[in-house]
Amino acid sequence: MDTPRFDTLRLDGVSRSFGEQNALQGLDLTINRGEFVALLGPSGCGKSTALNCIAGLLPLTGGSIWLDDQRIDGLPPERRGFGMVFQNYALFPHMTISANVGFGLQMRKVGKAEVARRVADALRMVQLEDQAAKYPGQLSGGQQQRVAIARAIVLEPPLVVMDEPLSNLDAKLRLEMRMEIRRLHQALGLTTLYVTHDQEEALSLADRLVVLRHGLVQQIGSPEELYTEPVNQYVANFMGYRNMLTLDVEAGGAGTPAGGTVRLTGSGVHLTGCVREALGGGPAVAAIRPDDISVGGAPENGIDVLVEVVEYHGRELAVQGRRPDGGTIHFRTDRPLKPGEPVTLTVSTDRVLVFSGSTAAVPEPVGVAA
Amino acid sequence: MTATVTAPTGASPARRDHQRPALRHRLAERGIDRTLVLLVPGVLFIVLLFVYPFLYGLQLSFQPQSGGGFLANYKAFFADPYQRNTIWLTLRLGLPAAVLNVVVSVPIAYAMRGAFRGKRTLTTLLVLPITLGTVLTADGLLNYLGPNGWFNRVLTGLHIVDQPVTLIHNYTGVFLSLIITGFPFAFLLTSSYLSGIDPSLDRAAATLGAPALQRFSKITLPLLMPGLAVTFCLSFVLAFSVFPSAQLVGNPSGSTHVISIAAYHAAFDQFDYSMGSAVAMIMAVVMLVIIGLVLAGRSRLYVGSTSGGKG
Repeated sequence: MDTPRFDTLRLDGVSRSFGEQNALQGLDLTINRGEFVALLGPSGCGKSTALNCIAGLLPLTGGSIWLDDQRIDGLPPERRGFGMVFQNYALFPHMTISANVGFGLQMRKVGKAEVARRVADALRMVQLEDQAAKYPGQLSGGQQQRVAIARAIVLEPPLVVMDEPLSNLDAKLRLEMRMEIRRLHQALGLTTLYVTHDQEEALSLADRLVVLRHGLVQQIGSPEELYTEPVNQYVANFMGYRNMLTLDVEAGGAGTPAGGTVRLTGSGVHLTGCVREALGGGPAVAAIRPDDISVGGAPENGIDVLVEVVEYHGRELAVQGRRPDGGTIHFRTDRPLKPGEPVTLTVSTDRVLVFSGSTAAVPEPVGVAA
Repeated sequence: MTATVTAPTGASPARRDHQRPALRHRLAERGIDRTLVLLVPGVLFIVLLFVYPFLYGLQLSFQPQSGGGFLANYKAFFADPYQRNTIWLTLRLGLPAAVLNVVVSVPIAYAMRGAFRGKRTLTTLLVLPITLGTVLTADGLLNYLGPNGWFNRVLTGLHIVDQPVTLIHNYTGVFLSLIITGFPFAFLLTSSYLSGIDPSLDRAAATLGAPALQRFSKITLPLLMPGLAVTFCLSFVLAFSVFPSAQLVGNPSGSTHVISIAAYHAAFDQFDYSMGSAVAMIMAVVMLVIIGLVLAGRSRLYVGSTSGGKG
């Protein structure tokens, strides 16, 4: 079945449970044609489940999937016609590269001459035209991943789903392939759903991000929205708000609605921040990104620290400072700081995001550059 | 003073080491190191229990008891149609039995490759006959399929047949016995080969539009074929050396006068060990020819990795 071009792919309350365990709960998402959407979350958050449900490799236990006004969640994968790129590439080891790329076309009974032409085009697209006669085992990891991408895009599918395609590559190759995927998306305008646990990858690739936790959507938004305005501690933690301070709300601050300003205190620190999540009576968490902290400057939101660890990152230094009460603060600076040096850090009020609760509720930090 | 005397003599071996690495390092470069000592018991075992008896039998077969040149046993075997025919009779049993065992094991193993409730119980049931041994299987067949066994009583009781069908003491009996004892073996081997094939390949083929039958014939089967060739060889060797069931549920002096019975007769009924060895050697050659042909065919297949990439 050749799926015609579509305008929207709509997930309506898509759920999947394994026995008692809900891997995915009521995912509502509409993907527009040409859009690049990333599902983001740590392992076990339900992102791969969502992907497999959409590709048809896993039946749903609730909800429905619509391609415009055609319901497709009952179709087997071979009749959905979505291209899929697997984490382990899943190239057919007994077929040449061109046979791998041509496999889907062959299944669609496309004529020999056209298969050859389209395979050649796809391989040129991923810059592997000279490897066509080789077998997957003779190619490097990055080349194999490119073949897997070519194999998925040669069908010009209405949707390409990618399951952590870069996680098996080394850091340098990962950056290259990331560019490559973005370039292919721009060149071909393919609607793409991309699953990853790497926030940097998701931010740099996607037009829209979906952050999942325990099978529940936490936030859907543009990279900029998620980066600057995470809706809760979990998303903030995922988006690189490395400094999470559990503090007490100063008198009169309890009950401040989202959007308001509040003063927090505790552990020898006084901070004024923006409330992102309506505060209850209990403690609050101030989330600050290392890049938003500056050394010296205006006296607002001053934190005194002793420089403890300094990492050289080229233009900048990544520094860990220790507060008088023993807690740590991570920040970045271009000043040549030395361990043992006392400094006063400042951060502007609108870059201190305040969430209700304490850091105990935040999941363990996620390994990003695995 | 002593230091100045010993210094040159101490330096000369050092210089030699520098020119040529130590013997231990040179051996290690060729993959020879002390862990090879672990091979000794195994090699000794094989030499004592296989290589020596084999070579002994080989030379014995060239020393005919009745004289007449060193090939006399072989000439006698091939001159006598009753003897000669044992090769054909054994192949006629062994080849179809091995083929059937392998062919039947593929769909069953394929259907059982995923996880499902009761998988372990089903596997146990399928593999159980391997624990019974040929004699017990033969005994069961005699009781179950004999003229007064359940099977025939049901058939005659339902008036499907008038006379009991003869299923034992002939080719059919031995063939059934070979299937019962050989299938579990083929099934276990096929299952393990199948489980070595990356399941994401099947999923990838599905997303590329291949329906189940195409996925099997284009992806799974080509990757499984080398394993099936080996499974066939082992199944064939088992079936070709059939002896107890040919004796117990077959017609050992007629349609199931297989080659191992011929060897047994020569050695232990006629006490012609030399002739017995010659028949055993002929048996070995026939098996090697079949295995050689199958493995030659296998080498023309794709025999590389069955994974889809890095994982």
